[in-house]
Parts: sequence; structure tokens; C-alpha cells
Amino acid sequence: MNKSKATSVLQKYTMVIILVLVVLFFTFKSGGKILLPQNITNIIAQNAYVFVLATGMLLCILTGGNIDLSVGSVVCFVGAVGAIWMRDGMNMWVAVILMLLIGIAVGAWQAFWIAYVHVPPFITTLSGMLVFRGLSNVVLGGKTVSVKNELFVKIFGGGANCYVPDLFHGEGINKLCVAVGVLATLIYLFVTFRSRISRSKKGYAVDSLAGALIKAVVISAVILFFTFKLAQYKGIPTALIWVALVVLVYSYITSKTTIGRHLYAVGGNETATKLSGINTKFVYFFAYTNMGFLSAVAGLLTIARLTSAQPTYGQNYEMDAIGSCFIGGASAYGGVGTVPGVIVGALLMGVINIGMSIIGVDQNYQKVVKGLVLLAAVIFDVVTKKENK
Amino acid sequence: MADNILVMKSITKEFPGVKALDNVTFEVKRGEIHALVGENGAGKSTLMNVLSGTYPFGSYTGDIIYNDEVCKFGKLKDSEEKGIVIIHQELALIPELSIGENMFLGNERGKKFAINWDETYGEADKYLKIVGLSESSKTLIKDIGTGKQQLVEIAKALAKHAKLLILDEPTSSLNEEDSKALLDLLLRFKEEGMTSIIISHKLNEVSYVADSITIVRDGKTIETLKKGIDDLSEDRIIKGMVGRDLSDRFPKREKQIRDEIALEVKDWSAYHPTYTEKKVVDNVSFNVRKGEVVGFSGLQGAGRTELAMSVFGHSYGSGITGTVKINGKEVKMTSPKEAIEAGLAYVTEDRKGNGLILSNPIRVNTTLANLNGVSKNGVIDMDKEYAVAEEYRKKLKTKALSVEWKVGNLSGGNQQKVLLAKWMYANPDILILDEPTRGIDVGAKYEIYCIINQLVAEGKAVIMISSELPEVLGMSDRIYVMNEGKIVGEFDAADATQEKIMGAILKSDNAEKGV
Repeated sequence: MNKSKATSVLQKYTMVIILVLVVLFFTFKSGGKILLPQNITNIIAQNAYVFVLATGMLLCILTGGNIDLSVGSVVCFVGAVGAIWMRDGMNMWVAVILMLLIGIAVGAWQAFWIAYVHVPPFITTLSGMLVFRGLSNVVLGGKTVSVKNELFVKIFGGGANCYVPDLFHGEGINKLCVAVGVLATLIYLFVTFRSRISRSKKGYAVDSLAGALIKAVVISAVILFFTFKLAQYKGIPTALIWVALVVLVYSYITSKTTIGRHLYAVGGNETATKLSGINTKFVYFFAYTNMGFLSAVAGLLTIARLTSAQPTYGQNYEMDAIGSCFIGGASAYGGVGTVPGVIVGALLMGVINIGMSIIGVDQNYQKVVKGLVLLAAVIFDVVTKKENK
Repeated sequence: MADNILVMKSITKEFPGVKALDNVTFEVKRGEIHALVGENGAGKSTLMNVLSGTYPFGSYTGDIIYNDEVCKFGKLKDSEEKGIVIIHQELALIPELSIGENMFLGNERGKKFAINWDETYGEADKYLKIVGLSESSKTLIKDIGTGKQQLVEIAKALAKHAKLLILDEPTSSLNEEDSKALLDLLLRFKEEGMTSIIISHKLNEVSYVADSITIVRDGKTIETLKKGIDDLSEDRIIKGMVGRDLSDRFPKREKQIRDEIALEVKDWSAYHPTYTEKKVVDNVSFNVRKGEVVGFSGLQGAGRTELAMSVFGHSYGSGITGTVKINGKEVKMTSPKEAIEAGLAYVTEDRKGNGLILSNPIRVNTTLANLNGVSKNGVIDMDKEYAVAEEYRKKLKTKALSVEWKVGNLSGGNQQKVLLAKWMYANPDILILDEPTRGIDVGAKYEIYCIINQLVAEGKAVIMISSELPEVLGMSDRIYVMNEGKIVGEFDAADATQEKIMGAILKSDNAEKGV
């Protein structure tokens, strides 16, 4: 029993363990460079769009392994339209809201065909990929439009000056950042142990105390280490706020709400879900409309970070998002996967990217490595499931 | 001893945490039909999987002696080469391919890169003739019924030169007529020297066809009964399976029928969803009172499931017409959601395909049809959900250590209980139970019957669709008989008999044909 318990714990946290091993590998290879505060900041800032898109992609994948190929093009299209509006003097906040609405509209357009007309998602979003790439070109006239609104860049960007200012105005490390880290840790511990206490009071099964403690200690340590590193550089990158918001909100939606439960149910057994009185069409509609919304969010982050919009932006973003989901343990058949898992998947990809750049691996080989990591993750998933049977 | 074609000696097979087979010895005489019976999870299928090499040599202990030779099968193909062919419960045919293509799949005629189609179809026709199937071997599998598909499976086995045929629940999806034909075919094969092992839950069939019956319980062989020496009656077999006398197969129930009509359906018709000119339910009217169990009897394909599903929020069919009254008020239901809100529940016959999410835990399955009951403003109260699932697990005596167990890991009977729990938690007034005891063992059946009695005692109305006549007769207050989409008879349980029900079906068949 103990042995099988150990393996099940290992299985549950495989990707976390691999992430740690990969970080250690690059730390060793780069002589500790990858753990420099600046590089840690970069992993977040450079990959903000991946975290956001992967979260949305997870909802689509949950419905039955369905993916959305159009996200890269939608990111580009929304960014292009927004950049032009801001160039033409539109108020920044109006532009942001309109961009988000465009994202929702684009998502709803595709979601309608998928949910209510049963066009396969692969085809619908392949079409979207072409349509919105083309439209981006048309809107931009094939040229680059730069984003000069400084406030916009600061709020959504991940560039050189896009950090939350230190309210404590101290010397040396960013005190606000440290304070946020401590606060986040305390909130995390409070929420975890409050629910544990309430469960055991009512006599429900809880995990072993030792396991829960180890988990709590590890997660607290990671949060503190991470914020401390950020504090040593320039503090909290603004992009991190948006990523954290998306991750928290969608973790909650997928694990605690009825619509979240419906997503898992549709992926698990669509007919059974339908016969249980759940509107399965709406579930699809929700997943793909939401993907449009999050693509728009990623669009904001992208043009702010690059301070411009170009017709080529967002290429292969869909692959980063899909890859993160599968590496993060989402099932290719739907019904299985969590937001935290996907975030670990995205982090793993991000670390591999930046690590290889630091130790100077050729761009093309980087692609090879990433491709093999994706395959290995899915093979692992398939094989362990077989053994469980 | 050339007398025994097969001896399995002291077979032990362990899975992580469970001993599925514990020192099992199993002997089959040459040229007999040997039945293997036992409750679900007793180890029958595991034993056959050891025999066929699905669990390869080395993963179990003990010896398989086949034709006086110790065999070490590493894979399915090894055992097939020796003439041991297993036909699984779930048909393994590909709907879009022809009978002939299916029969020789993986065993193609001709050369590796040049299939000889003339030989394929010629040989296929030959074997089809042996099993008495008058279809061309070029017909696609999807165009023939399940009864004929089962015959194709057998023909496929013959094409592999089977000497020992293993059939796992061959009649579970067949109607009485097709079942009888299949069993008679086995008897004919026996005369020609074929040995068969049949696994079945249908004890009347076992009594009819078997020369020997081996009873498996909890991974051990309990006893082997032989024709002519031992008593092979159903009651005797049941006693061996459950280890006790199950003198009464149906729990007693005081009459619970009240005066109010819970559900009244009038002039209900529905057409096939794809072949929209084909009428599947034809002008059916029926009613159920509160506290009443109404049985729906009929052959497979009589339109009972289609009737139930079309009433349940139009979840089957097209061009549906007719009226439904619930508690005297006419209601319109065009989605399962509306049907549930109106107080209806449909417990499907296909619990794996249409009923449960196998990859999810008991907890999630229990609340799926009434998620609003454990949530507020779209947010689920996890503690409450857990409490609800736990309550129903205890109430229905579902065997699982925790409600966090995946439903896919439960036995058929326990899955059925989870399915019932799901619909009981939706708190309906009227439950339609479609084949509620299909493929589950005698003990679990009894428990399901008790649950039904409990439901009507609470004043709920129950419609029970069942193809097992003893069950319909034993559990119902009133019985409707359906055939070809129509209701062809209605009986009070007190004066219904198997003969009367079959008579009603046959009479309507004859009337149809103008005899």
C-alpha cells in the first residue's frame, strides 16, 4: 500500500519534479545564471501571454481534447486594431475595453459554429487562424504600428520600466514586492488550513497531515523565494499581476463553479452530461468564447511588451499554449487537467526556453528540444494511465 | 488423460492489492459445453484472460494444460494459433467494414501486400452458412442487427479454426429469440465435436445448454456441477454463487398504489432521428400512478427505450407528437433539463455510455443531475457535495471505500447504484428505469429491487423497462407489452404470465403479417 501511495504521489507531482530537475540542470550548466533575479523576472514577463493563452486553451481541451488553432492570429488581430485606435488618439481605457469586446466577439463567432452547428473545432479554428491573420495584415496595411501610450505600456507591458512602483521608497531591494510575497504566503496558508479544519470538523476525509504540511511548506517557500528574487531586481513586473489574476480566477472557475464542473463533465462523457439536464452546447460555446476573450488579454500584453503591432505577431502562440496544456497534464481526450498543472507546464517550457538561450543552444535545436519534451510528456501520460489499469 | 481438452491447474493471479484468482483449478472435457458462472468480479473474465494469453505467461502462477501440453501463451495470437478463440462481451467489429473484411481482420487471405478478395468473401460466405446467417459477406456490419453481429463474431472465430470457443456473455445484448438461436447453434457445434466455454449471467440459458457448470466465487472455484449427476436448476446455481439460499429473488412489497396519476402519456409517436420516415414509437398511450411500479416488457428493439427517451425531453427521435401530463397538468419538455425540472428521471440502460462519467469520482457523478442542489450562484459547496455523495453511498450500500473513488473502477452493480443515486438526488416524482439490472449479479439485483420498493413507498412512480420476464413479473404492479413501437398488451401483474406476455407479442407479429 505504501509503495503504491509513493508512486501515486510521484505521479501527481511528476511535472513539478521534472521542473525542479530542469531548473537544477540549467543552474548547473549556466553557473547559476538562470537564477539571477533578472532572468527570473524575464521568465514571467516574456511568457505572460503563454500563461494566459494556456489557461484558456485548457478549457477548450477539457471539453474533449479540442484545441483552438486561431489564438495566435486573434492575438495579432486584436493587438493590431488596438494599436491603430491608440495611434489615432483613442482614450486608452476605451481602447482596452473595445479590444476585449472584439476578442469576445471573435470567440463567440467561432464558438457559435462549433457549439450550435457542430463544425469540428479543428476546422473552425483553422479557418479563424487564416481569417484573422489575413485581417491583421489588412488592418495594419502590412506595416508596423508602434504603441506610444506610455501608461498603457506600463500597465500591461513586461518591458524595461514596467514594474509596480515601490510604495515604501526604500533603498536596495523592493520592499513592496517582499511584502506582497509574505502576504500571499499568509493568505495561502490561511485558506488551506481553514478548509482543512472545517473538513475534519465535519468528519470528512482529509489528506495526511504530514503530506499537507510538506506541501504547504514547499509552496510557501516557492512563493517567498520567487518574490524575493523579483524584489532583488526591479520588483513586481506589471504583467505578473495580469497573469496572477487570470490564473486565480480560472483556477476558481474550473474547480469550484458549476460551469467548471460542466466542462469536465462534457469531456468525461458528453451524452451522460446531456441526459443529466446540462446544456452541453452552451458549455462548448462558453469555452470557445472565453478563449477569444483571453486571446484579447494576451493581445494587450503582447503589444504592450513589444510596444508595437506587427502582422507577424502571435505566430505559433497557439502551439505554446497547446504544448503547455499537454505538458501540464491535460488529457488529449478531455475531462482531465487543472489550471495549476497547466501553469507548471508553461513554466517548464519557459524555463527550457530561457535556459537554452543562456547556455547558448542554437535556436533551431531549441525547437527540437521543445518538440521532444512535448512528446515525452504525452507519452508519459499515456503510459502511466495504462499501468494504472 | 485425453478426456480433458483443457486443465488449468492452481492458477493464481494478483493485481496490485487484490488477489483476483486464488489457486483456481478448472477442467473442461473434450466436446462439452462448459458454463462458468459467478457474481460480477468473481474472477470469470480474469480466468479466461489468463487462458487466452491476454495476461501473458509469467504474470500468473499455475499451469495451463491444453491437449496434454503445458502452454505458455505470451499473447492472444499464441492461444489463437492453438485453436483457443475468445469472443468478448463487447462486440469487436468495425461498423464501417463489411462482414468479410471483419472476419479476416488481422488474418487476411492472400499475400501480405495483395489481399485476395475473392478468397476472402468466398471463405466468409462459407462460414456464414455454417452459423446460419443468410447475409452476403459484403454487407456492412452497421447494416445488420446485434443478433447477426454476434453470429459474425462466431463465424470469425470459426475462420480461425477454433477448437475451443470461449463466449463471454454472448447473449447479454440479444433478445430471447436470437439468444435461443445462438444457444442452439452451440449445441449443434457440440455434436460436431467443438468444445465451448460460456460465461453467462442468464441462468436459464446456462441450465439449458451446459453439460457442466463451474461456479466461481471471490476468485475461487467453488464447485463443478455435472449434467445427469447434479441438480442444474437455477436455484441450485444461485445457491452456489451467493453461498446461501436466495429463496425469494424479489423482495416483498405492500401495495403502495395511490389514486393520483403521476404520469399520463397520450398518442405519443416518434420517428427515427436519421431515417426520419421510419416510425419508431407508434401512437402509444400509457399512465403510471403514484406508488406504482409499471413494467414495460417486450423484445429488444420493441421501441421501449425510444419511447422513454423521447418522453424524457425529446432526448431521442424526431417529429415527436403527443401529449404528456404530469400530476394532471400538461407539460411540454423539449430538453432533458426541462424534463428534470418537470419531475422526470430517466435511468439509462447503457450506464457506461450514457449514464456515468467513468473517469470521475462517485461524488461528481452523484450530483451531476442536480448540481444546483449543492451550489449557490454557480459556486459549488464542496463540503456539501461530499456529504450528499456520502449519504447516498451509505443509503444504497455502494461498495467503495470513499466517494472519491473513480466510478470506472467499480463493479457493474455498484456503478448501477451510483447511477441510481444520481437520479434519486435529482428528486424526481417519476423514475424511468431502463434495464436497471442488466449485466449485474444476483446479489446486487436483489438490492436494486429493494431500492425500487423503497422509492414507491415514498410515493414515487416507477416505470421499469426490462427484457427479463421473471423480473417484470416479479416486480411490477402492472405490465405493458410493446412490440414494433406499439403497445400490444396490458396486464395486471396478478394475472400475467410469461406465456401471456409472449403470446401478446406473437399475436401482434402475426396481425402485422396478416396471418
